[in-house]
Parts: sequence; structure tokens; C-alpha cells
Amino acid sequence: MNMPSDPKVNVHAAGSSAREQEREWVDGLHRSHLARARKTTLAVRITQALLLVLFFGAWELAGRNKWIDVLLFSYPTKLFDQLWRSLMDGSLLPHTGITVLETIVGFLLGTLLGTAIAALLWWFSFISRVADPYLVVLNSMPKVALGPLFIVGFGPGMLAIVMTTLSVTVIITTIVIYNRFRDVTPGYIKVVRLFGGSKWQVFRYVVLPDSFAVIVSQLKVNVGLAWVGVIVGEFLTSKSGLGYLIIYGFQVFNFTIVLSSLLVIAVVATVMYRLVAALEHWLTRGGRER
Amino acid sequence: METLLELQNVTHVYVGDQGASMAVENLSMAIGRGEFVSLVGPSGCGKTTVLSLLAGLLTPTKGVVLAGGERVVRPSSKIGYMLQQDYLFPWRTILENAAIGLMIGGGRNAAALESVRTLLAELGLAGTETKMPYELSGGMRQRVALARTLATEPDVLLLDEPFSALDMHIKLQLEDLVHETLAARGKTAVLVTHDLAEAAAMSDRVIVLAPNPGRIHAVFDIPEAVRSLPPTQARKLPEFQRVFDALWEALERGEQAGGEGS
Repeated sequence: MNMPSDPKVNVHAAGSSAREQEREWVDGLHRSHLARARKTTLAVRITQALLLVLFFGAWELAGRNKWIDVLLFSYPTKLFDQLWRSLMDGSLLPHTGITVLETIVGFLLGTLLGTAIAALLWWFSFISRVADPYLVVLNSMPKVALGPLFIVGFGPGMLAIVMTTLSVTVIITTIVIYNRFRDVTPGYIKVVRLFGGSKWQVFRYVVLPDSFAVIVSQLKVNVGLAWVGVIVGEFLTSKSGLGYLIIYGFQVFNFTIVLSSLLVIAVVATVMYRLVAALEHWLTRGGRER
Repeated sequence: METLLELQNVTHVYVGDQGASMAVENLSMAIGRGEFVSLVGPSGCGKTTVLSLLAGLLTPTKGVVLAGGERVVRPSSKIGYMLQQDYLFPWRTILENAAIGLMIGGGRNAAALESVRTLLAELGLAGTETKMPYELSGGMRQRVALARTLATEPDVLLLDEPFSALDMHIKLQLEDLVHETLAARGKTAVLVTHDLAEAAAMSDRVIVLAPNPGRIHAVFDIPEAVRSLPPTQARKLPEFQRVFDALWEALERGEQAGGEGS
């Protein structure tokens, strides 16, 4: 542990300026590395922006010159015009709001419920063995196919849509998180058991915190799944929401409405995913520092 | 010497889907208060089984395990157990890791936390309280694990090869630290190890086990001269070499006996 400090001192005394030069040289290497990395990032960003502009430009051009069927494919300025008008007449925001609300409720509840069921399976190994084949069947099934049942059962409203969303998210969440619970390092569990810890203490002090990162990342996965459930649910109930707008546009053969709704979904879904990813980052960092 | 730990005619059979196998057979031993006993032997001799029985992690198939005259039926904070790896929880700070036993036992209060701080300082870990485990070296982490085990003030420490995953010089430092800490607190200790030199340098008594099924092959009382010195010093004595050779020979014979038996 106690290294003799003499050699270091000698080096320092003999060539402090030489060391400084060396330091500067190493720092220089780091600086040029950073500059190179910045350049690459900039090039990526510019290419991304260019692709977007090119895509919309080509679309606009093709639409205006009737190279493509405008009835089917519309074109960007028409989309933005449609969006602007629906924003002004106050119909866009309520539709967007209700869809966003359903999605948030869907992925939050889906993750919570899935985690709770996973905890139940972890606690009672008998139940988990009994449930195993049923989980496999439920997981392999396309759950949105249950949509009509939910509408009959819960009425054509928000409840049915949330249930459809849960059917998409809960099973896979349960399976992923239960598997993570079972993967917890046995040594950690042994530590708690050796102090005379109860099953609840094993869960609270080891299983849950050790699986925390997976639960939060499942939250992110469920954002995507919840969108599927919500849009399909809105297709079926056809009362409100962005999914309803899409179906409506389809029925009156107005693809400008369909595509502009898709555009809104793309933007809102991306923003929501980014927010949850930021939340994940913050939560897992907080977990480390706590 | 007052007997603190006792195995009486203990037989343990592991039962699994692949079959049942006898890990130890009709084993009896008594360990006195304040004694440091090592269990050595080839793999399959049931060293770790004995430790798990003493800890209350396993219930013997036949026979009785006693600690302080009472039957051991489940783990408790009176018997500390140090694992081969530190298994510090990566999501907790060093202080919270060292205090986990107190939290589980419900004895976590300001005074207890203060005593954990003192303990960490005594083990040369002052200033690491708010750090996370990944920031510490392997030797420091194992010292935190020692603090975690000592924090609940157990009478007995069961050491399951706690130094085997460490670099040689860290291992020697830690042997000295553990030896000194346990002696100062008058703790009873049972060490399981593969390392005969470690057993000889640290213990008052070494029990050599023979395999298939596990049973006692030989018992060595370590001479006073070796016992009284810290392990690193003891290793330099001529008596130490004699003890080591005797252990080596006993282990070889034990292995042969086990081979014939199986």
C-alpha cells in the first residue's frame, strides 16, 4: 500500500517542464479526438436534415405535378394546410389530447400491472408453474383481435380502448419482468437470507431494486405497444382520437386527413418516447446516486 | 473452554431431481467460544455443507446443530456469514451496504449507523461511506463485506473462502486484518478454505475432512507460537512449515481414503 514516493519526486524534480510538455501533448491528442467526433456528429445531423427536406420536397413536387395520385398520396402543403385548419377550428387538439391520454394511461398501467403480476408469480412458484402454458398462449395470440370483445364488454368508450391497450402490454411485461426477477443474482438473495431476512425483505431489498432498470426500460417498450393498442381501439370504437380521424378520412376517401393524422402521431409518439427515455436515464442515474 | 457451536452426529443428504447424494455422514464437532477453526479438504468433502448447516441455511437430514446450546433452525444475525464474493448491492452506497443487516433486523437507527461508520473506519474504509461499490477495489469491497457481517454484532463468523477471489498481496493483508479484528472482538470463527497455508496461518485448530461422504479425517492443533502471531508473520516461522507439511500429508491420505471409499 505505502509505495515509496522517492522515484516520483525525482522524476518531478528532474523534468517538470518535460512533464508539462508531455501533458500538453496528451491533452492535444484528446482535443483533436473531440474535434473529429464533433465533425462526424455534424455530418450525420446535416445528412438527416437533408434526407427529410429531400423527401418532403420530392413529395411536394410529385404531388403538384400530378406524378402521383393526389387523391391517394396528397402532398405536404395540403397536409399542413389541413392541420392548420383543424387546429384553428379546434378539432385537432381534443382528438390528439384524448389519444395521448389513452396512451399514457395504457403504458403506465400496463407496466404497473405487469410488474404486479410478475411479483405474484415470483412469490408463489406454484401459481407461476400453473400459469406458464396460459401465458405462452396469451403471449402468442394477436391481442388486438380481442378488441371487439372489449367494446362489447366495456362499451365503446375510453375504457374499452384502455383495456385493448392493456391486453397488448400486460402479458409481455409480465413475462419480461418475471424472467428478470428469476435472474436476480442468487448471491444477493443469500446475503439477505443470511441476516434472517423474510421473503418480503428479499423482494424489497434485492429483487425489486436489482430489476429496476429492466422495469423502467419496459416502460419505454410499452410506449410503442400502447400506441398500437390505442390506435386499433380507436379504429374500432370510432368516436374520437387520432385513430378515429384516420378511419374517418379513409371512409370519406380524404387521404389528406389520414396522412396528416399519421404525421401528428409520428411527432407525438416520438416526443413521448424521448420523454420516457429521458425519465429512464434520470431514474437509473438517480438509483445509482441514491 | 465453553462450547459455542456443536454438530452432533450430523448427516446431510442433498435431494434433487437427479437423485440423492450424501454430503456429510455422522459428523460431530464442537467449537469453543473465541476459537478459530478451519475446515480444509478436497472438493466433495462437505466443507461448505457444514458451513451452511452452522448458518441455518440447511437443516440436517439427521442429527442436531447447536449454537450456544440452542438448535439452529434458520439464519439469524447472531451468526455472521462471509461469502466468497462480496455481493455488495450495486444500487446502495457503501454505508447502506454495510448497514443492510441492521435494516433487515430492524435495528437501523442513528446510533447503529454511527457504529457502522466507526466499523468502516476501523477497517480502513473511512471516507468511502457515500461511494458506490463499483468505485472500490476488490480488497476494499471484501472489507466492506466484513463490516456488513460484523455490523449486526454476531458471536460467530462463518467464512466461506472469503479471500480466494483476491490477489495474493491483498489476500495476505486481509488475512491479517480479519485475524486481528476477530481476535480483538473475541469472535468465534469457522473458516472454509482450499488454501492450507491460509488455514495454518490463521487458525487455532484445523479440521481435515475426507470426501464421499464428508467426514473428519484428522484434527490439528496449531502450536501456540504460530497462533499468537498475525498470519503474515506466522508464515515466516519454521513451525509453520512443519504444520503445513503435516496438513499436506493428511490431506493427501484423506483424498486416497475417500477415493477407495467411493
